[in-house]
Amino acid sequence: MARAVSPRRRMIFTVLAWSIAFVIFFPVLWTVLTSFKTEGEAIHLPPKFIFFDWTLENYAVVQERSNYLKFAMNSVFLALGSTFFALVIAIPAAWAMAFAPGKYTKDILMWMLSTKMMPPVGALIPLYLIFRDLGLLDTRGGIIAVLMLLNLPIIIWMLYTYFKEIPGEILEASRMDGASVGKELLYVLAPMAVPGIASTVLLNIILAWNEAFWTLSLTTKDAAPLTQFIASYSSPEGLFWAKLSAASTMAIAPILVLGWFAQKQLVRGLTFGAVK
Amino acid sequence: MGTITLRNVRKAFGDAIIIPGADLEIGHGEFVVFVGPSGCGKSTLLRLIAGLEDLTAGEIFIDGQNVSDVPPSKRGLSMVFQSYALYPHMSVRNNIAFGLKMAGMPKDEIEAKVMKAAATLNLTEYLDRKPRQLSGGQRQRVAIGRAIVRQPKGFLFDEPLSNLDAALRVNMRVEIMQLHQDLGATMIYVTHDQVEAMTMADRIVVLNRGVIEQVGSPLELYHRPDSVFVAGFIGSPRMNLMTGVVAAKHKAQTIGVRPEHMAIIPSGGDVDGTILLTEHLGSDSFLHVDGGEAGRLTVRASGDFAGKPGDKVSLKFEPDRIHKFDGSGRAVR
Repeated sequence: MARAVSPRRRMIFTVLAWSIAFVIFFPVLWTVLTSFKTEGEAIHLPPKFIFFDWTLENYAVVQERSNYLKFAMNSVFLALGSTFFALVIAIPAAWAMAFAPGKYTKDILMWMLSTKMMPPVGALIPLYLIFRDLGLLDTRGGIIAVLMLLNLPIIIWMLYTYFKEIPGEILEASRMDGASVGKELLYVLAPMAVPGIASTVLLNIILAWNEAFWTLSLTTKDAAPLTQFIASYSSPEGLFWAKLSAASTMAIAPILVLGWFAQKQLVRGLTFGAVK
Repeated sequence: MGTITLRNVRKAFGDAIIIPGADLEIGHGEFVVFVGPSGCGKSTLLRLIAGLEDLTAGEIFIDGQNVSDVPPSKRGLSMVFQSYALYPHMSVRNNIAFGLKMAGMPKDEIEAKVMKAAATLNLTEYLDRKPRQLSGGQRQRVAIGRAIVRQPKGFLFDEPLSNLDAALRVNMRVEIMQLHQDLGATMIYVTHDQVEAMTMADRIVVLNRGVIEQVGSPLELYHRPDSVFVAGFIGSPRMNLMTGVVAAKHKAQTIGVRPEHMAIIPSGGDVDGTILLTEHLGSDSFLHVDGGEAGRLTVRASGDFAGKPGDKVSLKFEPDRIHKFDGSGRAVR
């Protein structure tokens, strides 16, 4: 139902919305700005907003001191790897739950979600010991497994709600039309599910990219992603705000760009099923 | 050919028994309508025939071949769904062609068949549109087109018209009947609308709580209902069902008289009553009469009937049109 909104009200709400968005975005903006300052200006009081001597020195130092590309490649590996394996498990699981639900399907879904409510630190010690004994510490394979398991509940939930929206009758119609299970999947299910799978993939890549607790705890060098890269700049030798900011900016830039281009897809994926 | 036989077909979901056991023979080229109130199992029975539900027990034969364990894709039947169930990502052309592609038919042959079906259903100019760009009636035509191109052994319709508005429904009803005449194929049609059942069917199967109450031609059911349920379900307006003293006079637990089988006379009828309401349809008038112990009755009168609410009337039943039923609801003849 359309509601009449007076121009004044509309303006107030617009200003309010932009203000809130700005407040939320401010830390990111401040990080980016700081990365272009000298260390002295970075801690200068009162803080300088945009009128300072812009410099790229921090980026040069950061690039010199640590191998950004290696961390970034690890991040890409972990994000894509964990997403791929999660999908391999989650798609059949979500199909089964959406189209052939059993007596306990709802309970299983709730149980899976409940694992997300446990503080991860509760599992740190046992997992660390298991990783140590199996020689998985600081290996890409080990971290991919952890990240995959970590995000699996959310992926299954997202796909489940998405698949639920596909009317079963359409699948039945294809069966009546003589389609085998394989052809039904290929010609009817997959094309209808692609947008849902795409937004799930995007969200999972972002979640895996940003995951810090496990990647910081279980990696040191070989499998270390960009979270380690940032952390290495908050060093005991004292804080180097400008360099830390430069490292952070380099770490979040790829995912920010991806998120920007995929925002339509993401919003659609996250709100799917909200309105019937 | 297209004969369909059900033998002791049973369906249960866990403890809930939907169909306790159904037997039915459907001949080649017959138009059979399953009718009953919602939840009576008519759609389930259709889906069992389609193969979309597994049988709990019993057997289904198509052209004499036992298909109880054959998947829907191999049964050679077409189905039109209530929601149309078109493939949203395909054009009308591809929707209609899908079944033929699945069968591995050569491209030019598919094209010819699709064009022919589209011409039959007035869809030619919409072939390149997506389902979302079509109106409800057009979508229903595409769903029917998808069913007819494959030249199946039989057609299954699951309440295909219930999403259409009243005027369109009457048109599509005629079109489906025309299609049946042209194709001469076996059709099973599920509806809860007894008017659709009466007008379309060669034979009607009346279902109540999963049990087949009666099978017969529309007029057989109308004139000789086997049970109180069928008597009350078939016919519009409903048959007047009376119990108590009025029924006891005819040595029955329940008697039924249709609105058109009662005459309005000045006095001395079977039931005396007062007019509560009159509905004027032009050709006929329907009177709602408070018949005292007989309950509320509907009576058909001529279109120019002059009675008003509050008038006293006496109703005379046509003696050979009184349906009698025993305590278990079965007809006594």
